Amino acid sequence: MAPEPATGRRPSRNGFSPARFGAVLVKEFVQMRRDRLTLAMMIAVPIMQLLLFGFAINSDPRHLPTLVEINDQGPVSRAFLAALETSGYFDVQGRVAGASAAERALRRGEATFVVVVPDGFERALVRGERPAILLAADAGDPAATGGATAALSGIVARVLETSLTGPLSHLRPPEAAFSVVVQRHYNPAGVTSFNIVPGLLAVILSMTMVMITAIAIVREAERGTMETLIATPVRPAEVMLGKILPYVLVGYVQTAVFLTLALLGFQVPFAGSAVAFLLGLNLFIVVNLSLGFLFSTVARSQMQAMQMSFFYMLPSILLSGFMFPFAGMPGWAQVLGSAVPTTHFIRILRGVMLKGAGLGDILDELGALAAILAVVAGLAMARYRQTLD
Amino acid sequence: MSAPPAPAADADPDGEKPAIEVQGLTKRFGDKTVVDGFDMTVPRGTIYGFLGPNGSGKTTTIRMMCGLLTADGGTGRCLGFDIRSQTREIKERVGYMTQRFSLYEDLSIRENLDFMGRMYRLDRRRERVSQALEDLGLAGRSGQLAGALSGGWKQRLALAACLLNQPMLLLLDEPTAGVDPKARRDFWDEIRRLADNGVTVLVSTHYMDEAVQCDAIAYIAYGRKLIEGPTADVPRRVGLTTWRVEGPGLAMLAQALQGAPGVEQVARFGSALHVSGTDAATLDATAETRSASGPQRWTRQEAGLEEVFIHLMGGARDNFAAASADVDGS
Repeated sequence: MAPEPATGRRPSRNGFSPARFGAVLVKEFVQMRRDRLTLAMMIAVPIMQLLLFGFAINSDPRHLPTLVEINDQGPVSRAFLAALETSGYFDVQGRVAGASAAERALRRGEATFVVVVPDGFERALVRGERPAILLAADAGDPAATGGATAALSGIVARVLETSLTGPLSHLRPPEAAFSVVVQRHYNPAGVTSFNIVPGLLAVILSMTMVMITAIAIVREAERGTMETLIATPVRPAEVMLGKILPYVLVGYVQTAVFLTLALLGFQVPFAGSAVAFLLGLNLFIVVNLSLGFLFSTVARSQMQAMQMSFFYMLPSILLSGFMFPFAGMPGWAQVLGSAVPTTHFIRILRGVMLKGAGLGDILDELGALAAILAVVAGLAMARYRQTLD
Repeated sequence: MSAPPAPAADADPDGEKPAIEVQGLTKRFGDKTVVDGFDMTVPRGTIYGFLGPNGSGKTTTIRMMCGLLTADGGTGRCLGFDIRSQTREIKERVGYMTQRFSLYEDLSIRENLDFMGRMYRLDRRRERVSQALEDLGLAGRSGQLAGALSGGWKQRLALAACLLNQPMLLLLDEPTAGVDPKARRDFWDEIRRLADNGVTVLVSTHYMDEAVQCDAIAYIAYGRKLIEGPTADVPRRVGLTTWRVEGPGLAMLAQALQGAPGVEQVARFGSALHVSGTDAATLDATAETRSASGPQRWTRQEAGLEEVFIHLMGGARDNFAAASADVDGS
């Protein structure tokens, strides 16, 4: 082609231009810096969520309000009530009289449990009639009552041991023929935050990465700037990379803030390989950014992009094993859950942080993330248009 | 314009071939045909006016010419490059100014120009940007956000941005919409200056005072071109006869003339009434009778562009077939 001194344009090459990519990158950073609120949200959101979830959520609730209806007072029933309180699960807050009062207390949520010691309990016990104590529970929320009812058999055993002495010792049950020893690995004290915090990192990263990317790209179309942008000789890859890379850095900053707080503030262990963690982190960030990019190719307004991101957030919170055990879901839900990148990153995080996993232990999860990335990025590329049609 | 025997070269950025040459350009969105079989030839160095009502397909046509939309049918060349397959080459050499301000409102004036300079990979970028800021008269405010500028300044900034790569062809989509008269005048002085330097300008507009400044115009309605030609030639080609009526009682007269023989259009222009029709003989007869009987003064005159466009706009639907046949014949 003839030289074009008049235009002062550098000779035209048809490849990827680092200069144009750099220009898009710089522009994104400048725009990000000017959007103070969004920038503050990106840093504040992980801190807020970590504090909220880390301190507020307890999957093994204690001190549940309990009322008692005692129709026969004696040493064994007294010992039983005392044992309920010392277990920490039950807070005996008062007495009720009659079945209807007990029913009302449960219905109104004044009590989670009502303990009914029946008339003639002590005498029946002494006679060896094996009487029953009724524990009425508000099982509407299984998670609230589960831990407490599971603790009951231990409580009963202890009461039997301590109060059936002397002449009553013949009522004690015989020793079991064998026993089960439980070893609680990785989180022996059952600290909820050890389980929640690593998963929370995955959820927060996913939320911000998907939403911010989707919005950042749709914003160009909505404000009309996309028309000017694609009227220049810029290539799609230059736009895509230039727009995505700044948010990768945002993801790093979020992760650093979050981890510092989690390790120092919540004493969450980090037992495994840092390399495995970083590999998983980068792959996860890129998957989420491409997902955001894909959403942006479908959405026509920032509002729609936001709605799509929220639509995606629910499965990534509920089906990923973040809130509820993955193994407890039916097969079809597990299939759906496996398609969500968050599921795999949560496994990587729990593996690396709690279980001391190394690179070799998370290969399956990395592979799954890579497969999701291939599909999502492929779809996004196919849908991204350089024209306005 | 007679082209010299050109070499067989496809690309012709600086040559003598027309700046824009499209045939049968067609664009459909869903089942709606927005642009239908559009032909156009824009010679180098001319200012070409692109007229038509809102939604007539002007923006779509311009977008197809600079590679922002893919045509569903037809072929075309822009600066000698194929508008389908060589969009990158076209984009390198064309300045496109969108209808709506579409630079970044959250970037400063300098940052916007700098960004555009980088997009075109210009050498001596800083110098060029600073020069553009000087020319704009915005050197002192270069740190201000573009979103804070008034409408007139935004338009000047947008023009400066699309001139940064020194384009051979400017595509301006209603560049003066919502801009005050003084700014419009300055803008057109600039356009004229650019055209004198050999830049081809295709500009869409609604304003008649802008249309008359163009060397040639094309009128498009409902996706089809109704007429095209040198500006001074267009009224004659439409074949419109106009009588100018002055005097008292024009409002009453305007009412009375609706549906009178030969009268197709009655339009008020300041203190006068312009009565037009395509059937000259019948219209003249009506005019003679009226002027003999009434107190108003009737003068026959050349039909102006404005009458022509009111005529085209009103008749576009009904006379669609006839009008396009006219154009094909001319």
